[in-house]
Amino acid sequence: MMSRSNIALLVLIAALACLPLVGGAYALRLGTIACLYATLALSWNVVGGFAGYPSFATAAFFGFGAYCAGVLMGKDWPLWAAIAASGALAMVAATLLGAVLLRLRGHYFAIASLSLAEVLREVVNNATDLTGGGMGLNIPLSAGASVMAEATFFFYAMWLVMLLTAAMVILVAGSRLGFALNCIRQNETASAMVGLNTTLAKSIAFGLSACFVAAAGGVYAAWVHYIDPSDVFDILYSVKPIVMALMGGLGSPFGVACGALLYLGLEEVVWRNYIQIHSGVLGVLIVLLLLFLPHGLTSLRFGRLWRRAKHV
Amino acid sequence: MSELLRLTGVSRRFSGLQALRDVNLSVARGEVLGLIGPNGAGKTTLVNTICGVTPANSGTILFDGSDITRTKPYQAARRGLSRTFQIVQPFAEFSALDNVAAAALFSQPGTSLKTAREAAREHLAFVGLEPQADQPAATLTLAMRKRLELAKALAMRPKLLFLDEVNAGLNSAEVERATALIHQLAKDGITIVMIEHLMKVVLNVCTRIVVLHNGHPIADGPPREVISNPAVVEAYLGQQYAKRSAGHG
Repeated sequence: MMSRSNIALLVLIAALACLPLVGGAYALRLGTIACLYATLALSWNVVGGFAGYPSFATAAFFGFGAYCAGVLMGKDWPLWAAIAASGALAMVAATLLGAVLLRLRGHYFAIASLSLAEVLREVVNNATDLTGGGMGLNIPLSAGASVMAEATFFFYAMWLVMLLTAAMVILVAGSRLGFALNCIRQNETASAMVGLNTTLAKSIAFGLSACFVAAAGGVYAAWVHYIDPSDVFDILYSVKPIVMALMGGLGSPFGVACGALLYLGLEEVVWRNYIQIHSGVLGVLIVLLLLFLPHGLTSLRFGRLWRRAKHV
Repeated sequence: MSELLRLTGVSRRFSGLQALRDVNLSVARGEVLGLIGPNGAGKTTLVNTICGVTPANSGTILFDGSDITRTKPYQAARRGLSRTFQIVQPFAEFSALDNVAAAALFSQPGTSLKTAREAAREHLAFVGLEPQADQPAATLTLAMRKRLELAKALAMRPKLLFLDEVNAGLNSAEVERATALIHQLAKDGITIVMIEHLMKVVLNVCTRIVVLHNGHPIADGPPREVISNPAVVEAYLGQQYAKRSAGHG
């Protein structure tokens, strides 16, 4: 029992896995970022798309995961253990936080979730002994493998996080929890009146969403070897997944993953060609896409486009 | 008849407004209680307070032997208190079937989605919405959405069912149909508290009437007796109605 769009998502992920067979170091770097973006967007979609809560907390959990894994690896934890621990910790923390934050709705929730990253950034800045503060944190290199071997390794690490995220999203979408989140998005009052514990459902969703974002943050930290607060708590990590989800089609996991790839493609092309004004050009492109394709890529029906073209 | 619901000294205040003032009320099993009163009398607030949406500031509410004064709406729902909303509250994108399935699924923990959908189909058939089962709730007419609310409430297997103006906005044929459904439910032994403005329906269906005025019950008794009570006539029905019904009576 698997919908067509879920199968398409898994096919897309499988296709990405073949990248190291054909691409060089640059392609692998892009591929790793693609997997990172898809992970962030798919995770955001659980809270933002399924439950309809516009969360700006992605940067907070990304930074949390990066620092958590970084600090643990500094204490000689193996990479996988550090990443798993950061994911698990983020999940617990987010579930507890969600029980408080998700009582707010709409704009109020957005602002509250936005402040999370700022709070964590200040905490990291001031906990100098543990995190190195504003000086940043060096993460020990994994054994001296070749550049290509390392690039391939981190590509697959990020790919695996993305695969797990996609599996989580597909499982949630088909479960009682997914049904509950769907109800909450449509009518939260009515959901509570039919016996749904809305706070619990939203908190679990928030926790699941944070878990994989933090794991991706952990892989990122190990990949780049050096993190500092203004890098990993960058507000753009909160905004980008939302743009990707909107571009791809809110709520649909396949659409959201496509949105992540499209966004990365745009970002890369614009960055190369308009280095001076790249943010401006990217911004205009995003606005245009959202204006003319408000329901994202998934709303495109090629048959209908064809008919419309014939009429013109 | 044993007691299902008892309110003792229940009050609720919204900053400056005393919406409910020292309400004492008892509902017996199997009763069909009509709750009437002028606009702003506190009828809907009373239902909201019992269901935990706007908890009481003081007083206690006993339901089926346990204290539910401080329960949350979802807990009240699982205990067997269900309601329809005056302003219908469907899950707009869901099909009619999934709307009802949601009610069956979440009100009885441990139900599977499949079982919930099967139960939902029966409840839709009961309210006559089976042909619309796969239609999104947003596309249903108001009368259909009102019946959908009823099916949702029934899917929760209520011990006590609150009907908040299920007939408002319906034409007379639709009212008749809804009234027949309520009769059927009462016959099946579900205890009903209904807020209703159509006196014809109230007199036709209810076994007892409570009149609320300024957040306080001013009359309580058999329908015919209550509507000839001078205080009720003064507060709600108006002299004209009293004369007319006396003429008929």
